[in-house]
Amino acid sequence: MSNQGIASSLPDRGYLTEKGFHSWAFTLDHKRIGILYICTTLGFFLLGGTLAMLLRLKLLVPGPAFFSDHTYNVLFTMHGAMMIFLFIIPAIPSSLGNFFIPLLIGTRDVAFPRLNLFSYWIFVAGILVTIGSLVSPMDTGWTFYTPYSAQTSAAVTTLCFGLFLVGMSSILTGLNFIVTIHTMRAPGMNWYRLPLFIWGMYATSVIQVLSTPVIGITFILLAAERLFGVGFFDPAKGGDPLLFQHFFWFYSHPVVYVMILPAMGIVSEVIPVFARKPIFGYKAIAFSALAIAFIGFLVWGHHMFVSGMSTVSGIIFSFLTFFVAVPTGIKIFNWIATLYRGSISFESPMLYALTFIFLFIIGGLTGLFLGSLATDVHVHDTYFLVAHFHYTMMGGTVMGLFAGLHYWFPKMTGRMLNEGWAKSAWWLIVTGFNVTFFPMFILGMQGMPRRYAEYPAKYQPLNIVATVGSWFLALGILIMFANFVRSLRGGTPAPDNPWQGLTLEWSTSSPPPEENFHEIPTVTDWPYSYGKKTRHERGK
Amino acid sequence: MPDLNALKVSEASLASHDVDAVFVFILVIAGFFFILTQGLLIYFAIRYRRKKGEEVSTPYITGNHALEIIWIIIPSLLLVGIFAYGLQVFLKMRTPLPGATEVQVTASQFQWSFKYPDGRTSVNELRLALGKPVKLIMTSRDVIHGFFIPDYRQKQDVLPGSYTFLWLLPKRAGTFDIYCSQYCGTGHSLMRGTLIVMPQAEYLSWEQNEQKKLQAGTQAPADQGKRVFENAGCLGCHSIDGSAKVGPTLKGLFGSTVVLADGKTVQADEEYLRESVVDPNAKIVKGFQPIMPSFKATLKDEELAALIAYLKTLK
Repeated sequence: MSNQGIASSLPDRGYLTEKGFHSWAFTLDHKRIGILYICTTLGFFLLGGTLAMLLRLKLLVPGPAFFSDHTYNVLFTMHGAMMIFLFIIPAIPSSLGNFFIPLLIGTRDVAFPRLNLFSYWIFVAGILVTIGSLVSPMDTGWTFYTPYSAQTSAAVTTLCFGLFLVGMSSILTGLNFIVTIHTMRAPGMNWYRLPLFIWGMYATSVIQVLSTPVIGITFILLAAERLFGVGFFDPAKGGDPLLFQHFFWFYSHPVVYVMILPAMGIVSEVIPVFARKPIFGYKAIAFSALAIAFIGFLVWGHHMFVSGMSTVSGIIFSFLTFFVAVPTGIKIFNWIATLYRGSISFESPMLYALTFIFLFIIGGLTGLFLGSLATDVHVHDTYFLVAHFHYTMMGGTVMGLFAGLHYWFPKMTGRMLNEGWAKSAWWLIVTGFNVTFFPMFILGMQGMPRRYAEYPAKYQPLNIVATVGSWFLALGILIMFANFVRSLRGGTPAPDNPWQGLTLEWSTSSPPPEENFHEIPTVTDWPYSYGKKTRHERGK
Repeated sequence: MPDLNALKVSEASLASHDVDAVFVFILVIAGFFFILTQGLLIYFAIRYRRKKGEEVSTPYITGNHALEIIWIIIPSLLLVGIFAYGLQVFLKMRTPLPGATEVQVTASQFQWSFKYPDGRTSVNELRLALGKPVKLIMTSRDVIHGFFIPDYRQKQDVLPGSYTFLWLLPKRAGTFDIYCSQYCGTGHSLMRGTLIVMPQAEYLSWEQNEQKKLQAGTQAPADQGKRVFENAGCLGCHSIDGSAKVGPTLKGLFGSTVVLADGKTVQADEEYLRESVVDPNAKIVKGFQPIMPSFKATLKDEELAALIAYLKTLK
């Protein structure tokens, strides 16, 4: 090869050495597949974010402005569907999960590398079909509620098929991870020596495998209703529109834990490293992830308190809902306790991890108003819900993802990020996020319904505040991505272990070689042995 | 300035007061945990920050069983408390007072129709008497809608093919917004109505007046049509002063030549007006969306004739 001479003068490129389309498209390397997912999902994050900017722009004005109400409805549907199905669900599990599960448990690849590649391409196929539905774009909201979704002229059937494929990719990935975590851990790595990110990913994968088939079936039923006039959800034919909502939320509620558990895993990794302290309450954090996954299956009805569901069902679902708050609280208390008497440094991964905690507390506490029956009646389907959702999902999951991207960028690329750029981006993102979404709590309490293309003029001032905030948020995210792109080429070469972490990925080179480790490590301790042990503790 | 009044405890209806009390109760508990957790987070972050070039050895603390149990038990108890209080008020909101007047509510894309016990109907305007309990029996003619009165802290989805209900006890006279809270299509955000609560005496005289008007068949068709026009909520989407709203203006419409979305033109005669009311999607005016609901079932034949007579007067 002609460029071999140049390659040898550069730092070791590890798994990135091979170049060309073929080396990526047909790779069986979990790391490369992870990178493919990262690029794909982040692309949809930018696209979905651009749509959100258009939505916020229109909401500057209460009356008709900029584009038609129908266009607005299409845009919020695309923003929601894209962010949920093509970004936030696969964002951490399929991308960082793929890259780091084998590295963190000390193995050379996932259990089924070919299935892994197949999952990626079926994901891409799903995306292509989804894009095909743009010939007559969806205007149903990402929730697809029947009978509207069964009647609208938009290409709902095509989109259902596309998302069916995306769901299939999600099931296969989850299955792959469960088998990998069960069977491929390095010698000596028992369950209580697993990094907490793995616990989070394990709980996530279980949810993916168990709940995704339900949404797949629901999409098929909806397609059958549209194509063949079968009346599963049509009251005129003896069907029930509420049945659709039950099916939909049976998947879509557990799936918010698919979004949040991996992010919580990342935070559990980052906090001890940058506080130089062992994680506080390891078992409590690990088991609370499983508890969240389990209870998460029993609370879908809290999306339906005002839907016409019976009062008794509402009461039962409300009661169960409050018990998701307990394991979530446990995690937050344990993270904060980890900081106690630490030696905390504030590099960008830590800043995002702390931001996760800060914003997720707000998102979690406002969830109490939505879980309580009496208050949910008022704030349901208003901007209060929009704000709560974005505080947990953007303030939570996306901040966790950003923490993970900054934390592992040196490992993935062999380059350091520019810390100055990262910090300026962080300031803009945190400020912009709160200015954008906090006013929405107030708007919702004042009664402004969500999905309103036009709104009464009394809500305008706070909407202007939110829109201006979104510009700062967007600018921050642009700077962050500019930093990624720039550091990819010009960043200083990364050492193997820039943050002095103890998990196994830091014991191999940056970027890792094709098969991760030159020699499979043997594990003798848990990965959080920071700080000074007393003689008594060393004896244990 | 944003309207912060809506954040105060609402005394507009019986339920609103109770709901706001639950809201404040949760706010106090959430506020306590907010200050506790964020306070510790920020305090620890500042207190234990690593200073430049300093190597501090940190203690090896891996957990504390007593603490874990405390922060499982205490939040659990408080959560049960929040649940119980919310439940108590919710049951009150769901149990109508005996003897409530029944009003039928029919939702359709994109309007609310109300039918009172005496057979009167109105569109997008609900009038109630102060201090009298009312039960709304609601259904939808097409997709799912949501009946939402923010000041009353009340909301209920409205389903096709089945009834849902909501009950209200107005405690303050005034005008309140009604919104559609469940996304229902292109005109969703314009599916708004008004609740007018009148003192009892005023309500009775208004009611009698309405019944008189209903019986007075001697009214000139154009005058009668003006009333139909106002009651049917046409002004929500159509102006009569020439300005464009969601729908085309009706000023000077009769007799004019209308350009349609498919490029054809049509003379706006009586038949065109009739068709546009009962089957609005048959001919779409260029530059507008096919979002107008059909008024075929809402308007009686003589009301339709009167409406057309009125539209002719809008020169």
